[in-house]
Amino acid sequence: MKLDLKKLKLREINNKLQNIDKKINKRDFEIINPEGNHAVCAGLKDEMSVMIKGHVGYYCGGMNQNASITIDGNVGTGVGENMMSGKIHVKGNASQSAGATAHGGLLVIEGDASSRCGISMKGIDIIVKGSVGHMSAFMAQSGTLIVCGNAGEALGDSLYETEIYVKGSVKSLGADCVEKKMEKKHIDHLTKLLKKANIKNLKANSFKRYGSARKLYNFNIDNVSNY
Amino acid sequence: MCGIVGIYLKTKKFEKSLGKFLSEMLNNMSSRGPDSAGFAIYNDEKNNKYKYSLCLNNQDFNAFKKQIKKIIKDAKIVKISDHVILKTKEKPSKLLDIMGKNFNEISIVGYGKSIEIFKQVGNPKDVVERFNLKKLSGSHGIGHTRMATESAITTDGSHPYSTGEDECLVHNGSLSNHNNLRRDLVKKGNLFKSENDTEVAAGYISRNLLNKKSLKETLTDGLNDLDGFYTFITGTKNGFAIVRDEIACKPAVVAETKDYVAIASEFQAMAHLPKVNSAKIFEPEPGVVYSWGN
Repeated sequence: MKLDLKKLKLREINNKLQNIDKKINKRDFEIINPEGNHAVCAGLKDEMSVMIKGHVGYYCGGMNQNASITIDGNVGTGVGENMMSGKIHVKGNASQSAGATAHGGLLVIEGDASSRCGISMKGIDIIVKGSVGHMSAFMAQSGTLIVCGNAGEALGDSLYETEIYVKGSVKSLGADCVEKKMEKKHIDHLTKLLKKANIKNLKANSFKRYGSARKLYNFNIDNVSNY
Repeated sequence: MCGIVGIYLKTKKFEKSLGKFLSEMLNNMSSRGPDSAGFAIYNDEKNNKYKYSLCLNNQDFNAFKKQIKKIIKDAKIVKISDHVILKTKEKPSKLLDIMGKNFNEISIVGYGKSIEIFKQVGNPKDVVERFNLKKLSGSHGIGHTRMATESAITTDGSHPYSTGEDECLVHNGSLSNHNNLRRDLVKKGNLFKSENDTEVAAGYISRNLLNKKSLKETLTDGLNDLDGFYTFITGTKNGFAIVRDEIACKPAVVAETKDYVAIASEFQAMAHLPKVNSAKIFEPEPGVVYSWGN
């Protein structure tokens, strides 16, 4: 079903998608003329597939559960923020804070993501085919951030238990983020996720793994300068 | 918050539509700044005359017109809402002196051979309507919608700020060292009209340009000297430039086609521009100066 954001209000479209008739199996939607609107497809709860044709604004697919959302364009700040499950696929670039605080699901970004990608992520898997900006995975708690390009400054600052994999260069690591050894279980995990994102040309063992040194978890007087 | 927009035409194709483009961009940014709005539009009439953009501040227009024509014989005056565009061959040094001595209540919002500046308190949608922006043409333009934070909602507190010939600045963010910087600049001879932080940044830029630094050098130096959050768009006679502070909390997106370069706080501000969906769209990197036409 085609939904035109030039003709319908954003709230009408979101309302419709948030309350679909569960007896009906026709669950393919296409949103046209998004024109940079904010909160497109926010709060979807059910399994469905939505294709957004064009560039969107902030918080696209925020709080998503179960739905599979594809954006044929760029996204603004906070795509998939607080996503619980489902999938968001961005064909263009993403602005800052992509996947912020998200608990689950899969976020694939074909282009680059700017600063603070995966900030405070809590279980989501984020795969960026391009590069990410500064302070990505800041205070990230759980889940996986995969970067096929390069990472900006202060990657993984104040990191908890998110796994970070980067193929290219890392400008600098943030406080308490260190490079870790790639073991078989990590290669297997990464291989699985690369496959999910349909990435065939990159081998998991060509990535470097980064994680928490676990030195900032509890207050320690010796670390006071790092807090 | 605040919204900033700018458009620079690389070809002549859309010169007549510049005002229309800019007014729609400002309308779309009302949500980011409902308190006041303003814009600078560059249109070099190539007649060697200066254009002075004045704000009447409730002074009687007819009385002003009568009096100024006695002092400046070649003055051509057009009133648009509470602003006046005065065109004359008189140089800024003389004209500013005349204005200061005779019309102290009327403020000069900008001047140059190309620039015209209009700014006013109120919702951006009403402001662009009052100044009839959609009818204006030109080569490039910059605009601002303000959500007032650190100084009052007044015309003086509205952007763009112009502190030099054909220069202007719009700002999304806030500066934290503007008082110190203002004191330094005042010692060097700068004059400020408001308590606003952005006016200080504009003064800083003008001072450096006066010292023969290029716009790119000036803005690069600004990354060290201006402390705070900012995305700046700064306009000069021939083009404009954008820079974001290194933390880059304040948004910006650029869309470039073969005919124009557009900058806005959010993509929705430029969603109406021709062929924008196939434009090269990118987010300016933190701490990097991008400029066009300079």
